Amino acid sequence: MWQGFQIRPDQASTIAQGVDYLYYFLTAIDLFFTAVIFLTIVYFALRYRRRSEQDQPKQIEGSLPLEIAWILIPLGICVVVFLWGTSLFIRNSRPPAASTEIFVVGKQWMWKLQHPEGVEEINELHVPVNQPIKLTMTSEDVIHDFSVPAFRVKKDVVPGMYTTLWFQATKTGRFDLYCDQYCGTNHSLMRGEVIVMEPTEYEQWLSGGIRGGTMAQSGAKLYDQMACITCHGTGKGPSLTGIYGKPVKLSDGKTVVADDAYLRESVLYPSAKIVEGYRPIMPTFKGQVTEEQLLQLIAYIKSLSSQEGKASK
Amino acid sequence: MATAGENLDTRVHYLNANYGIKSWLLTTDHKRIAILYMASITFFFLVGGIAAVLIRIHLIEPNGAIFEPATYNKLFSMHGIIMVFFFLIPSIPAVLGNFLVPMMVGARDLAFPKLNLLSWYIFMTGGLLTLYSVVWGGVDTGWTFYTPLSTTYVNTNVLSAAFGVFIAGFSSILTGLNFVVTIHKMRAPGMTWFRMPLFLWSIYATSIIFILGTPVLAITLVLVALERIFHVGIFDPAVGGDPILFQHLFWFYSHPAVYIMVLPAMGVVSELIPCFARKRIFGYSFVAFSSVAIAVVSFLVWGHHMFLSGQSVYAGIIFSALSFAVAIPSAIKVFNWTATLYKGSISFQAPMLYALGFIGLFTMGGLTGLFLATLAVDTHVHDTYFVVAHFHYIMVGGAVMGYLGGIHFWWPKITGRLYPDGWARLAAAIIFIGFNLTFFPQYMVGYLGMPRRYAIYPPKFQVLNVMSSAGASILAVGYAIPLVYLIWSMRYGPVAGPNPWGAKGLEWETPSPPPTENFEEIPVVTEEAYAYGAKEV
Amino acid sequence: MADSHAASPLAHQFEDLEQQQEAASLGMWVFLATEVMFFGGLFAGYTIYRNLYPPGFEAGSHMLNVTIGAINTAVLICSSLTMALAVRAAQMGKRNALVTFLILTTALGLAFVLIKLTLEWRHDYLEGLAPGLNFTFAGPDAKSLELFFCFYFIMTGVHALHMMVGVGVLSVLLVQAWKGHFGPNHFNAVETAGLYWHFVDIVWIFLFPLLYLIGGRY
Repeated sequence: MWQGFQIRPDQASTIAQGVDYLYYFLTAIDLFFTAVIFLTIVYFALRYRRRSEQDQPKQIEGSLPLEIAWILIPLGICVVVFLWGTSLFIRNSRPPAASTEIFVVGKQWMWKLQHPEGVEEINELHVPVNQPIKLTMTSEDVIHDFSVPAFRVKKDVVPGMYTTLWFQATKTGRFDLYCDQYCGTNHSLMRGEVIVMEPTEYEQWLSGGIRGGTMAQSGAKLYDQMACITCHGTGKGPSLTGIYGKPVKLSDGKTVVADDAYLRESVLYPSAKIVEGYRPIMPTFKGQVTEEQLLQLIAYIKSLSSQEGKASK
Repeated sequence: MATAGENLDTRVHYLNANYGIKSWLLTTDHKRIAILYMASITFFFLVGGIAAVLIRIHLIEPNGAIFEPATYNKLFSMHGIIMVFFFLIPSIPAVLGNFLVPMMVGARDLAFPKLNLLSWYIFMTGGLLTLYSVVWGGVDTGWTFYTPLSTTYVNTNVLSAAFGVFIAGFSSILTGLNFVVTIHKMRAPGMTWFRMPLFLWSIYATSIIFILGTPVLAITLVLVALERIFHVGIFDPAVGGDPILFQHLFWFYSHPAVYIMVLPAMGVVSELIPCFARKRIFGYSFVAFSSVAIAVVSFLVWGHHMFLSGQSVYAGIIFSALSFAVAIPSAIKVFNWTATLYKGSISFQAPMLYALGFIGLFTMGGLTGLFLATLAVDTHVHDTYFVVAHFHYIMVGGAVMGYLGGIHFWWPKITGRLYPDGWARLAAAIIFIGFNLTFFPQYMVGYLGMPRRYAIYPPKFQVLNVMSSAGASILAVGYAIPLVYLIWSMRYGPVAGPNPWGAKGLEWETPSPPPTENFEEIPVVTEEAYAYGAKEV
Repeated sequence: MADSHAASPLAHQFEDLEQQQEAASLGMWVFLATEVMFFGGLFAGYTIYRNLYPPGFEAGSHMLNVTIGAINTAVLICSSLTMALAVRAAQMGKRNALVTFLILTTALGLAFVLIKLTLEWRHDYLEGLAPGLNFTFAGPDAKSLELFFCFYFIMTGVHALHMMVGVGVLSVLLVQAWKGHFGPNHFNAVETAGLYWHFVDIVWIFLFPLLYLIGGRY
């Protein structure tokens, strides 16, 4: 019985222990103050219990020093916890530059994952151990949430936008993946596993699973099929070589960065932002591309960023 | 204390002033309206409670003991919608507030008695419409109605449920309006703001939230309804809408709403502690101002429900900081209540047990709010049972215990009769134990990762779920007992007399039950609130 | 003129007339605060989307008829004037003036709603600009334009609903005024209704530029 008893999930990522330490500290604070209040009440209740109906307790108005003390001390504790938690959070929100990107599309009621090398998975995510992994996620329908308790990471997966999370697994094994935003009838069945492997095993697994080429290659095919080059290769539309991650000047004077969200928006809602010097003639491809295909197109455009090899590996 | 043998029917008071169903359904007497509300919310509590019992039984098995997921989803939605909107939010304000506010300020009724009756009818209309929606056909979006799930992806009774809640919102708004005007304009001579009982300060702060927050929920529900009817895309990304906008609008009300639920309970505790310690509250002005501070800051923290929604990191940081800030006034209250006990003369009748239980459970549960305000920890526990445990500690361990404490305290005033205190104390103890057994395991299973709103869960979480369900059975027994003896006491309880507790406050200077007009003559107030003790005449 | 109801019945919960009147006034101000929050939610949503989709919102705005909107604005401002004059007439016990001004205010309010319904909304519907009912616009920014029109109809619709409630309330007061119910000691209801009317007017003063005047014209 005791072997099975846990108060926390596995610590399987670089941040898990840090989160747990903060949690233990908060638990200690909670139990401490609860105990202080509880014991004080018990003590006062016994010591000052009513002994006769004629009791006339001394009326005490209050005490400014006490009030200040019990405002400042909790405030101090709050500041400490806030700063500690915020700094952890900021660190946990910034994927390291060398992260491997994997793409997630959630839909009722399954997870679809794409590796840049082209392998697709459903409800399972294979990753190498000790490497930072960045997940770029979107939903096809309602809001879902990608949650891996063992890694202490979680993020909503929202239709119409990309959200990201990152983690670095520190041990191999299989770890629960849950959908953590109520998404309809089979919300509790929208589960899976993250399978962490040694790097060599992972490479083997990866090479065994590739069907139709890498994501960038699939994206290239789509680019062909939808004849994007008729504008983007002839000057009618802006050239896409090297634009990923770079600033783009728009016709209204604003400048934006050509990130995943911008590229997705440009395909679905081309008139939302017009590049300076071009006319708003791009048709929309809404309804003609799935979320997964959008991610493949973006991977392709990313690959145009550096002529010598893929940027994200 | 009780004048035994007094026949309660020889004196004319608000309960026997007239008879017949019309005299109740068309009453404008705030005391009768309070009783109408008491009956209604007890009914809704039973409905929501049945849903809770079914949920806990279902969760004994990892694969679900009774229901298909589709039905389970309707059950937890029903539980949330009914309990939040038709039990917790109205409970203390509409029952105890309606009964006591005029009496505590020394007035004959609220500022707008007919509006008060209208509030009740609006509440019942909304309540019955929502009840129909959740029971016949059901709603399966959760009480939070997140889009685009609720607007586009379910075909359950979202529209009628949302409309029912929308209607009931006007009941809140009008009640809040009535309280604000009454407290501002109808205080008896000599009743300055700082001589008011703290219950009034809490009700006032709650009313501010009613007035400023509820309309935002109303318009949000209107937008959801329009989207469902006309498929227009305000919140649907497929047509350029933003599903996160819904969350902002929804939580802008729903976060302050949780303070609507807890502030009045804190006000009740502020009445109970001085009475049963026979001491003036320690730090009166700090407790009074903390109520207002909570109400104000509560409007600034809604984003802490959305740390992981896709909103920016910077927004998260600001909301986190403000969420810590809102904890401080609550801490001030807890410390002041505890200090009030120092050198007091403490007795342990049931109302006091509820007050002390509130302090303990609110402290523990409120502090778990800090876990959720901490960005890095919330990332792990968001939408898990940890959150469920947190809010049940406050709403059940806090607000419901405050409500029960208040009901037991003012019961003699409301009915003219005493209930058997032995049974009451037993029930309070059973509730306290059952409550902790139900909800403490949920903190643990939440940190282990069990998501909320799961009809089917991994077997490794079963032990803690079974513990929680066992606790719930005890809690249910605890709640059933007061129903029995309180109803019994209305007929067979000993006559209470004007002030069975020896409490201070204008309401205790009237007979029990009070006459319809509350006071023969409007009192003139010459002493501070809680003027217990040797200092005065 | 004989004013049989000049002294208002004092409701039993109040100590004196002054308290009763102050309570009624405060009650209306509090109610208006709730209305500010109600419309505020709409204004917040509108502002957010306008910031996200400037071209679509500008295009939508240009499709609204500024002339009619301006006429309606003038109608409402006049109605606020007549309302204020009505309150003054009640205050001074001038029954005929009160009735006249109440009739004018009601008529102007009705005119506003009628103009909106028949000249603007009907026209928009026929032009295929009514989301959910008949939306056929297919140019660039169609989706954000549709969003603009969603907000346009919802905001002006909720506003018009409030106007109709105001018209209803004024009609009741009109009947009471005609019966001589109001006088210098008893005109609180008229004043309170006036507060409400002015508020609904002010909401329009915000709605008009936000909806009709985006992005400059001509």
